[in-house]
Amino acid sequence: METSTILIVAALLFSIGLAVVVVKRHAIVVLMGVELMLNAANLNLVAFSQYDPDRLQGQMMTLFVLVVAAAEAAVALAIVLQVYRHYRTVQLDEVNDLNN
Amino acid sequence: MIQAVVILFSVLAIGGALALLLTRNVLYSAFFLLLTLLGVAALFVLSSADFLAVAQIMIYVGGVLVLIVFGVMLTHKTDPLNRSNQKPNAVLTNHRAWLWPVLLAGSMFAVLFQMLRQGNFVLLNRAAKYQTTVDTIGRQLMAEYLVPFEIAGVLLLVALVGAAYLAMPERN
Repeated sequence: METSTILIVAALLFSIGLAVVVVKRHAIVVLMGVELMLNAANLNLVAFSQYDPDRLQGQMMTLFVLVVAAAEAAVALAIVLQVYRHYRTVQLDEVNDLNN
Repeated sequence: MIQAVVILFSVLAIGGALALLLTRNVLYSAFFLLLTLLGVAALFVLSSADFLAVAQIMIYVGGVLVLIVFGVMLTHKTDPLNRSNQKPNAVLTNHRAWLWPVLLAGSMFAVLFQMLRQGNFVLLNRAAKYQTTVDTIGRQLMAEYLVPFEIAGVLLLVALVGAAYLAMPERN
């Protein structure tokens, strides 16, 4: 019963993350939407993993997803910083020419 | 009892996510993301993933979120002409039109919800007992997942060096 609640919460979080990625124009808020979607996927993996207490494959996968998400956030923010230095804005729709 | 706690933290997580979607202030969205991440960590605990809950709080709240807040502050400059001491110095984001994103996300959720409601997961009929998983995760990391573990270490090193290089100011 609790597991199905958690699965529905994960589906809702994923949808909201998708909406954030599409709606927002600020690059860092788009990154936050990506983090939301990653969290929703993690929630699914963990929810199913509690029925597998011997190998915990879902939780191991979640651990590696956490690591990759941290690396992704660091590199993405460095890129956003360079974009800001170059264009003086991080609103994604205003970053539209190759040679500024 | 546990069901009530699950619902409480689900409401926390989803409320944070919805507020993130609706607010225009970027700094507020970072704090609402904090709310969502804490709710997800609590749901991890309730799915008997205690180690991952602590890791989630340490990595996301202690690492990624701090990085995001730094990113927000470093990529913003107030317009010196319209500057006033009376108004708060808000970092705002623009929105696109709401129709297509909401339609996209709504239909995505409808499909997922239908699938979860109609799907008959045999696994969920089994009883899951609450237990600590730190011991199992430690043994799995050193046995079955040794190679991914080492690769994750190398990946983190590469990301560290790469991010430091990318964020370096250009030398003229």
